[in-house]
Amino acid sequence: MTKMMYRDAVRSTIFEEMQRNENVVVLGEDVVGGMGTAGGPEAIGGIWSTSTGFYDAFGPDRVIDTPISESAIVGAAGGLALAGKRPVAELMFADFIGVSLDQIWNQIAKFRYMFGGKTTCPAVIRMAYGAGFNAAAQHSQSVHHILTSMPGLKVVMPTTPADVRGLLREALRGDDPVMFLEHKMLYGVEGEVPDGDYTIPFGHAKLTRAGEDVTLVATGLMVSRCEAAADALAEEGIGCDVLDLRTTSPLDEEAILDSVEVTGRLVVVDEAPQRCSLATDIAALASEKAFASLRAPIQMVTAPHSPIPFALELEQAYLPSADKVQAAVRKVLDWR
Amino acid sequence: MQLSREELLQAYRRMKVIREFEERLHVEIATGQIAGFTHLYCGQEAVAVGVCEHLDASDKIVSTHRGHGHCLAKGCDVDGMMKEIYGSREGLCNGKGGSMHIADVDKGMLGANGIVGAGAPIAVGAALSLKLDGQGKVAITFSGDGACNQGTTFEAMNLAVVTKAPCIFVFENNHYSEHTGFEYAVGTNKDIASRAEAFGMKVWRADGTDFFAVYETMRDVLEYVRDGNGPAAVEFDTERFFGHFEGDPQNYRGKGELERIRAERDCLTNFRQKVADAKLLEGTVLDAIDEEVLDQIDAAVDAARAAERPQAEDVLTNVYVTY
Ligand SMILES: Cc1ncc(C[n+]2csc(CCOP(=O)(O)OP(=O)(O)O)c2C)c(N)n1
Ligand SMILES: [Mg+2]
Repeated sequence: MTKMMYRDAVRSTIFEEMQRNENVVVLGEDVVGGMGTAGGPEAIGGIWSTSTGFYDAFGPDRVIDTPISESAIVGAAGGLALAGKRPVAELMFADFIGVSLDQIWNQIAKFRYMFGGKTTCPAVIRMAYGAGFNAAAQHSQSVHHILTSMPGLKVVMPTTPADVRGLLREALRGDDPVMFLEHKMLYGVEGEVPDGDYTIPFGHAKLTRAGEDVTLVATGLMVSRCEAAADALAEEGIGCDVLDLRTTSPLDEEAILDSVEVTGRLVVVDEAPQRCSLATDIAALASEKAFASLRAPIQMVTAPHSPIPFALELEQAYLPSADKVQAAVRKVLDWR
Repeated sequence: MQLSREELLQAYRRMKVIREFEERLHVEIATGQIAGFTHLYCGQEAVAVGVCEHLDASDKIVSTHRGHGHCLAKGCDVDGMMKEIYGSREGLCNGKGGSMHIADVDKGMLGANGIVGAGAPIAVGAALSLKLDGQGKVAITFSGDGACNQGTTFEAMNLAVVTKAPCIFVFENNHYSEHTGFEYAVGTNKDIASRAEAFGMKVWRADGTDFFAVYETMRDVLEYVRDGNGPAAVEFDTERFFGHFEGDPQNYRGKGELERIRAERDCLTNFRQKVADAKLLEGTVLDAIDEEVLDQIDAAVDAARAAERPQAEDVLTNVYVTY
């Protein structure tokens, strides 16, 4: 075991994979940083420090600093992948899928299907998502629900440094396009990381708290809010299962349904607005496939149906909190 | 020089307001008083003011993430902006937008923008609307040397040419997009204006740290566009005095670069020098303006700190007009 920050887990995993496989290529804005300046290459190494040292180690052909052109970045990742490479493209902020959506949605997600299964497109598109920095409406969004709705894409949302390493390796070695969503508020979080060359298969949720009364399902930053709620409730003798989905596509239906069968009570927590969200998706899953087990209406704790506001107080009000999760748990417990 | 004394004083005051607004934010942000990402316009004042002094409220501008200067030059209220940046309910956007989304549509300021390259197409649309209105009004989009690499900017330039939109593409080349040098990121001819030219636009180039160069150039550009000749583009060579955002370590800068550009490429120093040489304004008059501006910024910060905070229920207002 080694202690490591989430951002270092991202960086070291890509770095090691680049050493292991010469087909792995990194591209994105400021992934080198300092190109064409007096400070020179590597003056920055990615605004999230997730590609520091790459350029010096692997050179400009494998570490491609791009102009501000998200559509071309994602499209080029698609082309690199079709032509046999394993691109890791970075979108500085997940919000910028807006600029590159055609390449994500109409191109890389569908190549394999449209081409009759005769190709693979192993492109990894990394992006920093999520609120908590008061970065307002265009730099704070959670976009997993949008990407999860697109057949052909795998969507990964690691919560811990250990999961970053296992899931990112899996992404880099798999043959499908992967949207790798890194929560901005988690970059600085430290955690124990197992040694060795392990992978974590997609579609396997992680149970981070165990209890028999209520099932809590979440991703990303919301997992720690569920855990905080669960820990507080545990002191009152209320037991919660907390499921960290880890990937939303594929989705670990079995883990959710197995837990709901025991608890009969489900609270889904989602950082995105509720309409057409991961929360409604999971609620639908439970009501369709675990109806007989449910003992209370499913509760969803989500963002409201609004863009993300700037002011501190407003962003706090916008985001699901541990208190809101606790209240939802009490609600399902108090049902009848 | 065709500017009246009043016009000169106003231009100087506007540039100074932008300068001190940003210098003060630099200090306030370091104290942790202000949340979010803030990109300061210090160093580029002559561009915003040299452009906007030609406009009235019915001309439109579209700005960028580095938008404070454009907003102030277009007449946005200093207090309202400061309150917005502090996230107050009394801010220009009720605390919902913040630094990157300041707008005042009544003043013809159609918004700062967090998405690099998003502004140019919006400006073309505004220009087409103004063309329909037939009053000789124009829309101006400010773009950085980084934004000029975005496909949206290319599409907007071509659309403007095809539709003969009264749109002006103002490119502020401050030599950096975040931490990447202009020399690296802009491939063609190492010049943004020549790109616009390739799209079929008439283009101009000028020193963006010289208010008079900007102002005189814009007089010609505006005359051309208001006369119905279609879009035009201008590239201003300028300098950014602070980091890309507040907190940027600026490792990409050359040794002594910041000191050098402050000493040699400061548009306010340049202005003072020029009006002194031409015996147009007395230094004491400008000193008095400096004092007034500092007081004005102090008052704006005090007002922003004391201003009403937003309430949780504000989150769900203004999502739609009707529900
Ligand atoms: C679509 C998009 N991509 C990337 C960013 C991140 N970003 C913000 S400002 C910036 C650099 C912009 O450079 P330039 O256009 O030269 O403007 P300047 O910052 O120099 O004023 C970048 C890459 C963004 N906000 N939007
Ligand atoms: Mg720039």
